[in-house]
Amino acid sequence: MMQHLIVFPIVLPLIAGIMLLYQRQGLVRYKRIVSVVATVLLLAVAIGLISQAMRGEILYYALGNWQAPFGIVLVLDRLSALMLLITALLAVGAVIFACAGDDEKGSNFHGLFQWQLLGINGAFLTGDLFNLFVFFEVLLLASYALLLHGGGKARIQASVHYVVLNLAGSSLFLIAVGTLYGATGTLNMADMALRVAELPAERQGLVTAGALMLLVVFGLKAAILPLYFWLPRAYSAAPAPVAALFAIMTKVGIYAILRVYLLIFGESAGALTALEQPWVWWLGLATLVASGVGIMAARDLKLLVAYLVLLSVGTLLVGVGMRTEQATSALLYYLIHTSLITGGLFLLAEMIGLQRGKAGTRLVKSRPMTQGKALGLLFLVGAVAVVGVPPLSGALGKALVLNAAEGAQRLWLWPTLLLVSLAALIALSRAGSTIFWRSYRGSLGGNALPRRQWFAVIWLLSAAPLMTLFAGPISSYTQATAEQLSQPQILIDTLLLDAGDAP
Amino acid sequence: MELLYAITTGVLSTCGLYLTLRGRTFPVVVGLTLLSYAVNLFLFSMGGLTTDGAAIVHGEGVYADPLPQALVLTAIVIGFAMTAFVVILAMRARSEVGNDHVDGKKEDRE
Repeated sequence: MMQHLIVFPIVLPLIAGIMLLYQRQGLVRYKRIVSVVATVLLLAVAIGLISQAMRGEILYYALGNWQAPFGIVLVLDRLSALMLLITALLAVGAVIFACAGDDEKGSNFHGLFQWQLLGINGAFLTGDLFNLFVFFEVLLLASYALLLHGGGKARIQASVHYVVLNLAGSSLFLIAVGTLYGATGTLNMADMALRVAELPAERQGLVTAGALMLLVVFGLKAAILPLYFWLPRAYSAAPAPVAALFAIMTKVGIYAILRVYLLIFGESAGALTALEQPWVWWLGLATLVASGVGIMAARDLKLLVAYLVLLSVGTLLVGVGMRTEQATSALLYYLIHTSLITGGLFLLAEMIGLQRGKAGTRLVKSRPMTQGKALGLLFLVGAVAVVGVPPLSGALGKALVLNAAEGAQRLWLWPTLLLVSLAALIALSRAGSTIFWRSYRGSLGGNALPRRQWFAVIWLLSAAPLMTLFAGPISSYTQATAEQLSQPQILIDTLLLDAGDAP
Repeated sequence: MELLYAITTGVLSTCGLYLTLRGRTFPVVVGLTLLSYAVNLFLFSMGGLTTDGAAIVHGEGVYADPLPQALVLTAIVIGFAMTAFVVILAMRARSEVGNDHVDGKKEDRE
């Protein structure tokens, strides 16, 4: 049983999604129960997996018992276990929020939601480059449909851009995978790391081309500067629970960059070591600047939060671009914080929009809100956390990233990140004061919000104080993860050497 | 054969890229389809081109690399589903927005 636990994050949402396919009138309650139970079970599985990964060994699951370089493997190390846990935490919040009514605005919300989880979990677990592509497609196809959930002009417009860009990205992914397979003769990432290490010189150009094309694809998912233009529109147009789940989607790109380049193009890769590093570092800085401009210019709360996602992407990318153990550890801490908090902020923005009636989430004067005080308090917590003002988790995360920079990197990173954070601070205080204080005199508007929505937002935003309280254990975990990532040899040995006696 | 194959793939991807960059949804969809054909051909050739080789190894003789064939099958299936989806999406966009420009603009500025 325990040895099969690794495959559960993929099988569980798959089965739940199939069960949710059953269509009939009046099944709302059944669907909600199945979806919530499946997501909570997923959280339990993720906790089980992380407690296994915490012991420090790398576990793998050979599907159909075909061993590593030939068969398909799922790999569980500290990084993938952590990502699974973040996804499950975020999904629980999003699915409970959706149960308050958003799920009934279109058809089959819960089924698609589960399949999206299937794709995300699969992408985090797979140890094979082609399966990474397949799981990317699974999560993308579910996300196309989820983005359209509920319909409307803005969503369809944003979807057209999102779908076309991602289809082009998928083509590029296949070309990159094909090139790498042609040059190295394998698709298993651990095996590829070995082959790259002993690559003949004449094939280096081919592998470089393939690797950098992969970076473009991951950059499109993660929303690096020249490839991020789809993000603000898509995220601000998406239904709130979907937008909250999408907060993890950009991190799938970041995860893929970390996984592929630290494993395949690690220190053993000779001339190809760290070939992505200058690109990621400089484009990360540029993404930060662009997000600062976007944050200042946003006139809508949802758009503002979408640009805050971009800010977090920029911060994570510069962390990846530094390519030191300390930076990786810092960026992982920041990643946990930012996924949960921006997810929570998307949900909160939706609640604020519901209470304000016609004004929605636009930053204009409107009628006062019935539950303005409670919403304001939550907004304060979220804003303080996401900007990175002490005492909440954002401050710790940013301080860790800033501290990880060395020498000349400090000269670039410190002013950029601090100024962009200042821009976010200004924009969020302006947004907060417009929404909560600048209102017409008159009767209170809006009905009381459902309790499920409150629960979901508090569930996600409580990450901010909790991550500050438990900063010690969390950062020692991320530290251990960074150490494990900087020694790809362990993973390669586990996967390829002890073939034969695995489950 | 390599030359012919390379030229075909190149022409397909050039046409696909050109059409993808157009401003109307129909050429964009056709462009994406051409691009996915080019990618499938490219994937098929990534293990090297073999003539008269068996796909299943008997331990002797020439054999073709079976992996790209499996991969290209997966890629075709996924590409097919995606194309179907994007066609429907383009039609929805046409009916909701009222024109078929990718940005939903009325003015034709091509």
